Amino acid sequence: MSTLITDSSRSNYLNAAYGIKSWLLTKDHKRIALLYLVAVSIFFSVGGLFAALIRLELLTPEGDMVQPDIYNRLFTMHGVIMIFFFLIPAIPAVLGNFILPLMVGAKDLAFPRINLASFYVYVVAGILGVWALINGGVDTGWTFYTPYSSMYSNTQVTLVAMAGFIAGFSSIMTAVNFIVTVHRMRAPGLTWFRMPLMVWALYATSIIIMLATPVLAITLVMLMLDHSLHIGIFDPAQGGDPVLFQHLFWFYSHPAVYIMILPAMGVISELVAAFSRKKVFGYTFVVYSSLSIAFLGFLVWGHHLFVSGQSVYAGAVFSILSMLVAIPSAVKVFNWTATLFQGSVSYQTPMLYALGFIGLFTIGGLTGVFLATMGLDTHVHDTYFVVAHFHYVMVGGTIMGYLGGLHYWWPKISGKLYPEFWAKISALLVFVGFNLTFFPQFIVGYLGMPRRYHAYPPEFQVFNVLSTAGASVLGLGYLLPIIYLTWSMRYGKKAPANPWGAVGLEWETASPPPTFNFDDDPVVEHEAYDYHHRPEEPRVA
Amino acid sequence: MSEHHIVTPKTYITIIAFLFALTAATVWVAFQHFGDPWNDVIAIGIALTKATLVVLFFMHVKWSERTTKLAVILAVLFLVVLLLITMSDFLTRGWLGVPGS
Ligand code: HEM
Ligand SMILES: [Cu+2]
Repeated sequence: MSTLITDSSRSNYLNAAYGIKSWLLTKDHKRIALLYLVAVSIFFSVGGLFAALIRLELLTPEGDMVQPDIYNRLFTMHGVIMIFFFLIPAIPAVLGNFILPLMVGAKDLAFPRINLASFYVYVVAGILGVWALINGGVDTGWTFYTPYSSMYSNTQVTLVAMAGFIAGFSSIMTAVNFIVTVHRMRAPGLTWFRMPLMVWALYATSIIIMLATPVLAITLVMLMLDHSLHIGIFDPAQGGDPVLFQHLFWFYSHPAVYIMILPAMGVISELVAAFSRKKVFGYTFVVYSSLSIAFLGFLVWGHHLFVSGQSVYAGAVFSILSMLVAIPSAVKVFNWTATLFQGSVSYQTPMLYALGFIGLFTIGGLTGVFLATMGLDTHVHDTYFVVAHFHYVMVGGTIMGYLGGLHYWWPKISGKLYPEFWAKISALLVFVGFNLTFFPQFIVGYLGMPRRYHAYPPEFQVFNVLSTAGASVLGLGYLLPIIYLTWSMRYGKKAPANPWGAVGLEWETASPPPTFNFDDDPVVEHEAYDYHHRPEEPRVA
Repeated sequence: MSEHHIVTPKTYITIIAFLFALTAATVWVAFQHFGDPWNDVIAIGIALTKATLVVLFFMHVKWSERTTKLAVILAVLFLVVLLLITMSDFLTRGWLGVPGS
């Protein structure tokens, strides 16, 4: 154990080669993860800037800061950037890329070059998106609904759709890599049902990506054709059907919400086990819940179309199917809670994020069930209630999972410990700021404030002031980790191989790991999270 | 890894002959009148048959291992899900009529 304590003379993936070229042309999954970390952080900041401008405009009921057409561009670019360039790649391409090969005891992903290519494809998509932004942006909402987007909007619909199209290929490349790695490169002894739940979650996510993303690609191609050549696939005036666009778009985008949440759920399983020192309760159930979320997630997309002119009969079926998805989601929540029961729980920063996730995801998921009820959705569709729902799952869920995971694996990634005090402060700010921002939106949405308007009746102001105040706290909460994590890379205390006393192959190699991950090929003799069979290891951090 | 199956030129030529024949059939069918949905049904049926031949022989799925076959079947299955459930909207939209008209 103590032989694994890092000493800086030891060769690791960070000091194995120097120079900008050794980074930009690396085939090491760990370095590619760091490239992604930088890239998604940039997009997160840009998306956050748009959010700040939206919240500022909404501070007062009058539309006084920006004109409506600018406001439309702000929320569209906020949504496009956050979803396609941050939430979808964040956990798989940063944390997954880094940790999946370590967790399965492999030297790298199956196709290191495809991994690097996926990064550059993502960068190309990102540059195209930014180019579109500079040249006027888009104003259709991130959902690009037709026929407005296809026939009327004179903003950069084609360019942005192209950016989304290209970004999809990057996701697919990552997904292929994960699937093949899990099938082919597990260490001896690591049977399917000994895999950490994070690996299962990434595997299920990859399957969704493979099956759903091509549909997004073809839908965006049709949209581009309609927008640039007016061929009229979605134009009722030419015999097309605008609702068909919504079907195709949500066939991808509902599964895409699970592309965003499943990896976060994987992280939470790891955190709950490590900080309760217990095997995750009902491990097999959690595995199957990931797989059934992946499957059921494909059958519910019509819940976005309840008031779009979709047949009520189809709506009824979608409504029932949507409620079914809540079951595997609830299985996870119950099993995490049961894992905490009688565990030896400790409250380091990653665990604070995990507990935050469990509570906030539960609220987000349950309000999803409200929305899946056709009668209720008729009233709250396109109000701030929906906005609050999806921010509870995406910001309260996915981003909490991402930050929790980033802190948990940071000692492994950087070889340094982050400052626990500041990390706890920021976790607290994120939790408080988040709820202050988004809880009032449930109320104001229920009272009838529609989404996507730059002005609103004065009686809604108090909720919006709360939201904007919360957003500034939340912004501070996000700024702190950027600062102290960067700081810790240089000045942080050296991290031992296993600072949390956790089990899992990633903790059995040095921090930071050597280029090929393990000095001796690992062999797995236990099931995942077998804390009860291991001697108590000291927690350093 | 399973050993690599070598496909003889004869197989390829047979399959391509089938594909051309089916293309001719598509053209012929387009000029016939089979009554409402049937022209579409037949044309799509022929297209699916051709796609299946390409996937099985040209893409070597016939000789691939079980996981690869499973991946192909899964993809087709989800395409069916997409079409079937979308049709559940389009086919039942008229049932309620439009209020006021
Ligand atoms: C527990 C299962 C869930 C159910 C039953 C559910 C249900 C719904 C329903 C019915 C809507 C449509 C509301 C409307 O537009 O009127 C909706 C919107 C949305 N949900 Fe969920 N949801 C669930 C979980 C999630 C998760 C996990 C995420 C993301 C991580 C998510 C993200 C979204 C987004 C982004 C929208 C809004 C899309 C838009 O119009 O811009 N949902 N949800
Ligand atoms: Cu949905």
